[in-house]
Amino acid sequence: MEKSPSETRVIVGMSGGVDSSVTALLLKQQGYDVVGIFMKNWDDTDENGVCTATEDYEDVAKVASQLDIPYYSVNFEKEYWDKVFTYFLDEYKAGRTPNPDVMCNKEIKFKAFLDHAMNLGADYVATGHYARVERTENGVNMLRGIDRNKDQTYFLNQLTQKQLSKTLFPLGGLTKPEVREIAREHHLATAGKKDSTGICFIGERNFKEFLSQYLPAQKGEIRTVDGEYKGMHDGLMYYTNGQRQGLGIGGPGGPWFVSGKDLKNNILYVAEGIDHPSLKSEGLLAEQMNWINGIPKEKELKCTAKFRYRQEDHPVRVIMTSDTEVKVIFDQPEWAITPGQAVVFYDGEKCLGGGTISTVLNQETKVNIDFVNSTVI
Amino acid sequence: MEPIYLDHAATTPIHPKVLEEMIRAYETTPGNPSSIHRFGRDARKLIERSRDLVAKDLGTESKQIVFTSGGTEADNMAIIGTAFSRKDKGKHIITTKIEHHAVLKTCEYLETLGFEVDYLNVNEHGVISMEDLKNALRDDTILVSIMYGNNEVGSIQPIRDIANLLESHQAVFHTDAVQAYGSIDIDVQDTPIDLLSMTAHKINGPKGIGFLYIRKGVQLDVYQHGGEQERKRRAGTQNVPGIVGLAKAVLLSKEDLAPRTEKYMHFRQCLLDIFDESGIEYKVNGDPKYFLPHILNVYFPGANVETLLTKLDLAGVAVSSGSACTAGSIEPSHVLSAMFGKNADESRHSIRISFGRDLSLEQVKEAGQMIVKSVRDLVKN
Repeated sequence: MEKSPSETRVIVGMSGGVDSSVTALLLKQQGYDVVGIFMKNWDDTDENGVCTATEDYEDVAKVASQLDIPYYSVNFEKEYWDKVFTYFLDEYKAGRTPNPDVMCNKEIKFKAFLDHAMNLGADYVATGHYARVERTENGVNMLRGIDRNKDQTYFLNQLTQKQLSKTLFPLGGLTKPEVREIAREHHLATAGKKDSTGICFIGERNFKEFLSQYLPAQKGEIRTVDGEYKGMHDGLMYYTNGQRQGLGIGGPGGPWFVSGKDLKNNILYVAEGIDHPSLKSEGLLAEQMNWINGIPKEKELKCTAKFRYRQEDHPVRVIMTSDTEVKVIFDQPEWAITPGQAVVFYDGEKCLGGGTISTVLNQETKVNIDFVNSTVI
Repeated sequence: MEPIYLDHAATTPIHPKVLEEMIRAYETTPGNPSSIHRFGRDARKLIERSRDLVAKDLGTESKQIVFTSGGTEADNMAIIGTAFSRKDKGKHIITTKIEHHAVLKTCEYLETLGFEVDYLNVNEHGVISMEDLKNALRDDTILVSIMYGNNEVGSIQPIRDIANLLESHQAVFHTDAVQAYGSIDIDVQDTPIDLLSMTAHKINGPKGIGFLYIRKGVQLDVYQHGGEQERKRRAGTQNVPGIVGLAKAVLLSKEDLAPRTEKYMHFRQCLLDIFDESGIEYKVNGDPKYFLPHILNVYFPGANVETLLTKLDLAGVAVSSGSACTAGSIEPSHVLSAMFGKNADESRHSIRISFGRDLSLEQVKEAGQMIVKSVRDLVKN
């Protein structure tokens, strides 16, 4: 950084949670010109005209006042609806299990918000993500957060050099318990606040009920991968690969797991036992690939990969099929790979980027079942 | 740069002379005006002297003034009090789409109780048409509530025409003069207004005090129950220092009305000149001829108001726009929507600049330059 901290304006995305509160605190302590901004992304006004964002905004106001920094609100409801929620519904319609957090980071926090911050004269934006940014002569690297439990690079896999070069992640070098401790030490109003869970716009509500407001659910058959009828499902969108709960399959045997969907015939396929071969796969195809440090020159790459959040990463071979698509071959079979989720690649501490799983490659799957997004290699 | 306050339509700083009298009231007059002992009598004397001053300013008698906690309470008292007291004569109310929320939300509340409310449209200058009002009037109309001067765009309604029209109708005429009071000359002696609300903090008085003028003979149902203060029309121990401050503020606003108007008109022209010279695209919202001189509402095409307000605040210039939701997000202005149509560009790209007593020409010029710079930044992106 060329400018001195006091001349460097950092705009912090403040959600009213403890992580972004401590983010603002740390930057303030480092002497930056800190401004807090609350993003209102979802119109959730109840029958009394109170929007659920109110309490979070009040927490932002409290913390910002404690830190003596200016704070504002910005409305991205339209952007969120157009770029994140529409994608979310489209993916469910396509029988996939989307990851709205990845899209929110890509389109809202590090696009709409970043642009807004730049309009306000920011030198950097900062968020409370557990990830690290390393600035080198050859560009910016994104490294995993020190806290392995909280590392959020999985959700940040779509960020570009341009975005990262304008970003600070002050919590990347801290663990969550340390962050809570800092909040307590400084008596921040949000020190004891519970972490938010689930998808932000659904919150604590029933997921099935929420989704049914937007997408028509069509009941259909549940069958085993061998074709045996096992009951009825409530609508394919309510199920995801590897799911065990809520299938309603009784009788002897089991447990039963979701192993695939036939969107055309509205059939949910299940497999018996956690070790059933149809739950395992040898590889996947991914699209919308983003390579943080640029598209690799090699045709093939050995690295590790994560297929869901908070999973250990596993060794894989990545074959470049185009600038935005890859084929991934697992060293060991993987369980319940789910189309729509992100696959994210790592080289040691460094996050290389990621994409969206489009197809699961499964040798064991019976050829006569036309699983959506499943093919045979 | 020292922050520049251009949001006097929201509230104004207290005038030193007002503060001085209030402090004196606090120090020398601790009694409750309802008490019969000397302490009470002293407090009562202060209140009644203040009431006399206010009444004189408005062209009425002292007993027609009821002190309230501010404009919102005065509006509620006027509208709910009239509706309840006249519900046997009809349940129809007329107001406009550009009222302050203190009026709009109160009317919406009455709708839930079975009253019927018509919300008059305004033209693109933010003014109602007398034709519309005549057409909306019915035999069972019991109340017409139309604001004096609009708080967002400064447009002034044809109050005298409305008052004269309603002279021969059973409907009570209420006007919310919160923004107009002290900014233009208001006299209820030659304009037959039945009810008029005002608040002190818009005219360099204290917050938390206002009054409702009630024309002789107009009956209101009691809205706030308890003691027998304010001739049984508004229960609750009076805010003695507040009332003293209100009266002082009213006097002061009368004294310098002419030079202040001239000064604000000069500020206004100065800002418009700066905008013109800069070449930025802009348009003034409101009535070009007849407006509250302290309010200037400007539309900047392409400049998102939320970003512009934030940017200006960070640069030390405080202006405003419509209203913010409880999560701090700026809502499109209902006033500009009424003037230009729902979802009109103006309702999301306009700011309100409002002048006050202490403002200097240098500050106005500096703020004008900052507005130009900020708008340029946003429009080019």
